[in-house]
Amino acid sequence: MSAETTLAHAHGAPLTGAEAEAATVKREVRNRWFLLSPAMLIICGIGIMPLAIIIGYSFMEQGNYAGVKWEFTLESWMNLITERDIFDDTLGWNHAHISIMLRSIGLALMTMVTTLIMGFPTAYFITTRPEGQRNFWLFLIALPFFSNLLVRTFSMMLMLRDDGYINNVLLFLGVIDEPMILIYTNTAVAIGLVFTYLPLMVMPLYASMEKLNFNLVEAGYDLYASRFQVLKRVILPSVKPGIIAGCILVFIPAIGAYVTAKILGGGKNLMIGNLIANQFGTSRDWPLGSAISLFMMIVVMIALIVYVRNSLAEQD
Amino acid sequence: MTSKSSANSSSVAIEVQGLIKTFGTGDASVKALDGVSVSIYENEFFTLLGPSGCGKTTLLRMIAGFEHPTSGHVLLGGDHIGHLPPFMRPVNTVFQNYALFPHMTVGENIGFGLEMLGKDKSEIARKVDQTLAMVRMEEYVNRKTSQLSGGQQQRVALARALAPEPRVLLLDEPLSALDLKLRKEMQIELKRMQHETGITFVFVTHDQEEALTMSDRVAVMKDGLIRQIGAPREIYDHPTERFVAHFIGETNFLEGELHDINGSTGMIKLASGSNVPASLPDEAAAGTVTVVVRPEHALLSTSPDNASLTGEVKTIVYFGTDTHYHLELESGDSFVVRMQNQRDSGTDYQEGSKVGITFKDNAVQVLKD
Repeated sequence: MSAETTLAHAHGAPLTGAEAEAATVKREVRNRWFLLSPAMLIICGIGIMPLAIIIGYSFMEQGNYAGVKWEFTLESWMNLITERDIFDDTLGWNHAHISIMLRSIGLALMTMVTTLIMGFPTAYFITTRPEGQRNFWLFLIALPFFSNLLVRTFSMMLMLRDDGYINNVLLFLGVIDEPMILIYTNTAVAIGLVFTYLPLMVMPLYASMEKLNFNLVEAGYDLYASRFQVLKRVILPSVKPGIIAGCILVFIPAIGAYVTAKILGGGKNLMIGNLIANQFGTSRDWPLGSAISLFMMIVVMIALIVYVRNSLAEQD
Repeated sequence: MTSKSSANSSSVAIEVQGLIKTFGTGDASVKALDGVSVSIYENEFFTLLGPSGCGKTTLLRMIAGFEHPTSGHVLLGGDHIGHLPPFMRPVNTVFQNYALFPHMTVGENIGFGLEMLGKDKSEIARKVDQTLAMVRMEEYVNRKTSQLSGGQQQRVALARALAPEPRVLLLDEPLSALDLKLRKEMQIELKRMQHETGITFVFVTHDQEEALTMSDRVAVMKDGLIRQIGAPREIYDHPTERFVAHFIGETNFLEGELHDINGSTGMIKLASGSNVPASLPDEAAAGTVTVVVRPEHALLSTSPDNASLTGEVKTIVYFGTDTHYHLELESGDSFVVRMQNQRDSGTDYQEGSKVGITFKDNAVQVLKD
């Protein structure tokens, strides 16, 4: 018995096949929208709407005290990397912004590479543990996430400052004669970022390595590949999805890091996150803050698309 | 123990001496191999046969280099290789699940070993083509391995292991994932390839039929030990242990008194009182022994008077090519006789009829245990 005839009987009056079919389709479409509505609300409410507001703000004039004036202008987008001289009104490079952006990209890339180098052997170690032990090691990796980022970052400060643990130990061992200046440097920020985002690299690496068929590794050894060749030719191509996922998961939050740069970088080693925060705080330039946010988003997206495309092309 | 192959080929490819392998430590330790010694000859199709957990795969992995012996030696062509990593042994493996590299094409998979050996491109290409032709997969050279069927993957795995021309090819239950028809085909293919290449094949299986049809020699393993080595015929017709007789084919076990030992033959006095000639294993002693008789080596007769054993037919099972008669002997033991069906053979025997059993020449084999 088909759906059409059931429908006809339910209405009491006989419907033609085409009418019944149209009614069914209409009802199905309505149901689909109804069932989708919670998801749509969430996507619109917390995804599209805020983004639309930011896009709108970035094309408006700066308000007197904060907020925006409802006047269209491209000034904020110009102010991203250029600035007008306050005396002769000529257009020049905004060196402060450019150096902050370059520093952010550089630090994020460095964090990505360092976490990859540290995370790969870590993930490999966990994968090669007996099955019952792996969750324990993963728990240890995830453990820092159970504490607040601020607390963790302040604890890094205790390690890095002039009379912190690192300097004390090195002085005690006689490796150095006087304390190294670690805190409030790019190095400090980099160390902090690596510490913060290492778990985000280990997790996806582990996930793809766990799926690696170790028979492939054995097959590689069996076919005269040395340990390095097996790593390069067999393991790396197999865990590539995990590497890509880990790099994305680390690079994106690292480039927008705020707390780490603020605390470990002192006031002087700003990253984009701090620059944006300043616009909504002391500088009271919401349109510029919005424009920087969007600019960063565009840069990250372009970088991602290029990266993923290249990686996938290489694989084929 | 001598066999046809050992008499023909003089040189030893793989020699294993007193190999012991223990996994784990303390109370949790498991002895996978408990002192295995065996010589495998050049150009031989040698099969390790046994139930799961008997140590056959461990032995294979030790020849490949994936496991290192707890004690004992592995020799390849007279050289000790027990301490070498797999990539320094001229031995290749066909894995049970094929283990083809998923990110490479068929051609790249097959050329991988040669590439790692540092051969130049033209030679690799030539060898890949040649090997693909041997497994009849020429048109698949640029396919991804995921686009192949199980049987095709099997052929690629075989080609990949053969391409570097190893001294010994190890095969770890390579046919177990294939369906019956494909498996039969591959059995013949494997045998052909072994002949064509002249490479020593060491084949691991738990399938006794596979072992009997393909091998020059079979080693039957149990609990980390080789229980018997010999040509398939020898293993089947003259099992020396209860386990071997039981594991390979169907068998009848009988108790008897061994007497009149004369070299490798003797006389057995059965429970029925009749005496039958029997083949003996090494070091057989007079007294109570267990003997085995294969179902097809016994005959039924309608006249119980001059038969070796008498019994009653309990069940008759028709198999097309032959018929199985399940009997109950006077002693209470059960006994199976298998007789080939003739076009005109009638139903001489019914369930419940009293029959005699006679043995064909040389049908009775005495076991060690």
